[in-house]
Amino acid sequence: MNFLEQYNYWIVILLMMSGFYIVIAHGNLVKKLMGLTIFQTSVFILYISVSKVFGGTAPILDDSYEVYSNPLPHVLILTAIVVGVATTALGLALAVRIKEAYGTVEEDVIQEKDLQQEGSTE
Amino acid sequence: MTALSLAFTKDLFASVMLTGIYSLLSAGFFVLMDAVDVAFTEAAVGAGISTILMLTTLTMTGRFENRKLHHPKIALSVVIVTGVMLVIGTFDMPAFGSPSAPAQTHVAPYYIQQSGQDIDIPNIVTSVLASYRGFDTFGEVVVVFTAVIGVLALLEFSRQEQDASQRPAPMFQHKILRIVSKILIPPIMLFALYVQFHGEYSPGGGFQAGVIFASSIILYAMLFGIEQTRKAVSMPVVKLLAALGVLIYGSVGIVSMLNGGTYLNYSVLAENDITGQHVGIIVIELGVGITVATAMILIFLTFAGRIGKTEEEIV
Repeated sequence: MNFLEQYNYWIVILLMMSGFYIVIAHGNLVKKLMGLTIFQTSVFILYISVSKVFGGTAPILDDSYEVYSNPLPHVLILTAIVVGVATTALGLALAVRIKEAYGTVEEDVIQEKDLQQEGSTE
Repeated sequence: MTALSLAFTKDLFASVMLTGIYSLLSAGFFVLMDAVDVAFTEAAVGAGISTILMLTTLTMTGRFENRKLHHPKIALSVVIVTGVMLVIGTFDMPAFGSPSAPAQTHVAPYYIQQSGQDIDIPNIVTSVLASYRGFDTFGEVVVVFTAVIGVLALLEFSRQEQDASQRPAPMFQHKILRIVSKILIPPIMLFALYVQFHGEYSPGGGFQAGVIFASSIILYAMLFGIEQTRKAVSMPVVKLLAALGVLIYGSVGIVSMLNGGTYLNYSVLAENDITGQHVGIIVIELGVGITVATAMILIFLTFAGRIGKTEEEIV
């Protein structure tokens, strides 16, 4: 069995892990959202690469073609992209409100401020 | 590569540009993988709207991030361990592009062979999206609508009236840009309508058309200023339209129930099955298009309208 046949998954994993790294290693909330976007796109690429059939063409019916790629993942990812941007927008809106409330979008500074506030009320 | 360099830049502006490039690259990749509809969406959404949204957020939250990373070594090792485990998991996966993979052998052949007879439109993606899986798509539209409500709740309703109307538009001095974009905006809108109504025959459909239409309005807003756009596009009407799109989609389901079918079963909408399917698909794609377009416009205008206020508060 040829291990190189699964190279598409490895590319996806590389992308996914760089997104994951951005999410856990960076403190900036906007940057975290970008990491999530990378992660999300890697999942899209996974689905789309699964739907590919060698020798197939785009799933638009035409008499001159016989083999088509799988249309189902395309549908799922198509809607997922639009939903993804809507939820990212929601996340960015939260970041903007946090910036207004705390004056920063850096995670550690926010945590410090929270701790200070707890200390002053007790 | 782009994703990797993204992990290590500190300049958020550069990162946003990199995400844009990354989206464009993945759109190209989707074309190679025969997913033309998806590529279309990714190019419009990923490289266009989400980049603009990120940039708008950056003007409010600051361009540079803190130097310090959270325990980069621990994070890196967690990432590497997870990655290695995932790679081990792929050894059992079917080979790339193989026609006998499980994904290709269950329901996909049915869609490919039957959709031509059942629905009689060439674009299988549209038939699956709008007819076979109409429930799912309805769910997605509702999610988009809910996200818009969330953004409005977070940013719009806490916004005090600002005196930003006197400020000149950000790109007011660029005469060439303004004139060129004035020429470009109508064709962009026309193209959106083309994509909307040709979704059955070529790549495209309500989602893409909505985003393209919204991008023409966003272009206008970038060049002529937010206040000008708010005058040209009435916000209450846009909000109403966003809800109307969902309503159109949902009521198609109700109408088909009243005609004696099940929810979102288009076959009962007209005398014969196939015409019914066509009517149903066109109407719900219209609903999708309206909701997506207005949702994107609303999200952008809400974000951009926020800028003036934040500057005053922080400074």
